[in-house]
Amino acid sequence: MSIDQETVKHIAHLSRIELQPKELEKLSGQLHDILGFIDKISSLDIDKVEPTSHILPISNVLREDTPHVSLSPEKALENAPSRKGEFFSVPKIIE
Amino acid sequence: MNYQTVIGLEVHLQLKTKTKAFCGCAIDFGKAPNSGTCPVCLGFPGTLPVYNKEALNSAIKVALAFNCQIQEHTKFDRKNYFYPDLPKNYQISQFDLPLSRNGHLIIFDQEHQPKRIGITRIHLEEDAGKLIHEADSSLVDFNRTGIPLLEIVSEPDLNSPQEAFDYLSSLKSILEYLDVSDCDMEKGSLRCDANISLRPQGAKELGVKTELKNMNSFKGVKDALTFEVKRQTELLQAGQNWQQETRLWDVQKGITVSMRSKEGAKDYRYFPDPDLAVFIINTPMISKIKAGLPELPQEKMRRFMRDYSLSEPDAKILVSSKNDARFAEDCINRYPGKDKKNIVNWLIGPLLSEANSRKLELHELDLDKNELINLIGFVQRQEISLLSAKTILTRMIDSRKSAQTLITEGNLLQISDTAQLEQVIAAVIRENEKSVADFKAGKTNALMFLVGQVMKKSAGKANPKVVTDLIKRRLV
Repeated sequence: MSIDQETVKHIAHLSRIELQPKELEKLSGQLHDILGFIDKISSLDIDKVEPTSHILPISNVLREDTPHVSLSPEKALENAPSRKGEFFSVPKIIE
Repeated sequence: MNYQTVIGLEVHLQLKTKTKAFCGCAIDFGKAPNSGTCPVCLGFPGTLPVYNKEALNSAIKVALAFNCQIQEHTKFDRKNYFYPDLPKNYQISQFDLPLSRNGHLIIFDQEHQPKRIGITRIHLEEDAGKLIHEADSSLVDFNRTGIPLLEIVSEPDLNSPQEAFDYLSSLKSILEYLDVSDCDMEKGSLRCDANISLRPQGAKELGVKTELKNMNSFKGVKDALTFEVKRQTELLQAGQNWQQETRLWDVQKGITVSMRSKEGAKDYRYFPDPDLAVFIINTPMISKIKAGLPELPQEKMRRFMRDYSLSEPDAKILVSSKNDARFAEDCINRYPGKDKKNIVNWLIGPLLSEANSRKLELHELDLDKNELINLIGFVQRQEISLLSAKTILTRMIDSRKSAQTLITEGNLLQISDTAQLEQVIAAVIRENEKSVADFKAGKTNALMFLVGQVMKKSAGKANPKVVTDLIKRRLV
């Protein structure tokens, strides 16, 4: 599987990463190689392997519906880049 | 040309658990902004979500109540997108192995004919935070972030705005019986988006669909869909083409408005959430939850029809709300004798209209059920008229006095005494020569008019049956 520069640009945008033309070229090459390694897996016989969605053999990890103590608003807002009263404040955004 | 309307609904439901889906923050509405958060629901690095047992239980209940197949292996996936109400930059949701699929629920049309509406899937996810938009910034409250949600997706089996409304009513009724959610659209604990398209009658292919958002009541959903049917019909008739789009319902103006959002298919890059282990939901677990399900509205309806000989429409009215059904059944059980038709007529007649005029539900009426039954007894024995009884019912709810007291206070005992009635009848016949002539000429309506006049003169106390007999005897 190969990857073109447009796809890399798209992925960069989805990740909100800005790439310079030089970086784009370099990353396209690197991603191409990485995908090549992954392609090798396709050549393996995995008919007898169960599909894996989690690496640990555990299931049904649940917790009781019992409340814990939440953070105080002051604590919660401590790292906020910007706040207004008890709210986090962000640049205006309406989709 | 005639067009067929095709509607599918997507419902998001907040589960009524004590704590959030993946952390122990208490869910408490009306709390000060950002006072119900913790590192997990704020999406701090290094935190570990663990799903709420109660939420999973509730979700399985809902899936079973809607006749879904439960997925034996189910898992959580990350749905990636950037938006300020989503602190992790992904929503924990389910993609290819949803909790359940292939369910259905039954709605009834105006003629009480059942129709099966398919449910594509019901899956688990988490709610996002709340945004308040100000002039130059947006404010974020993360209290709602992480509240357990169910997404309930219907098949495009609904063919009119009314059917969509009936689907939502039926869905809500079942959810209320299960007691897993507040189901309040105005408060946002139940939210509904609608997909709608039109196609020529008989066509196989679906038309271009519109996604409708921003409705905050069942009526709003119906109104928005009704508007959209009209709009799309006009476009089709004018031979216009249009693109798939999202439109917002403007309740004030009563129209839908295009959202004009950036085009391009969403790329959510779903992948399994490595922080959460899979669930294996086995048959014993399902059986146990199934056994604990309450009697659901349609079972109850069938039982009411069977046990109390109710008609289907009557039974349907009484079971639509769980608490009303309990209230009604209590009244029915207290009512003496095997024939329950009388008490049922009172419930869906005078009692329901008392409740409606007080903007209450049936079960919220402050009423001594035994006194209600006493009151009906007075009517049965023809000691008071039905009209007086309705007046007494109103007063009974206002004052909580007994039927006997209210009858005495209002001097409402019915006059069945022939001698006393004959005098009033004689006067009415004298004063209404035309109606008397009409009756003699064969107009039955005239008789009802004359009886009405007697009732009026006797302040509603005359026994209408006796009056009718007496007038007939005089005039025939």
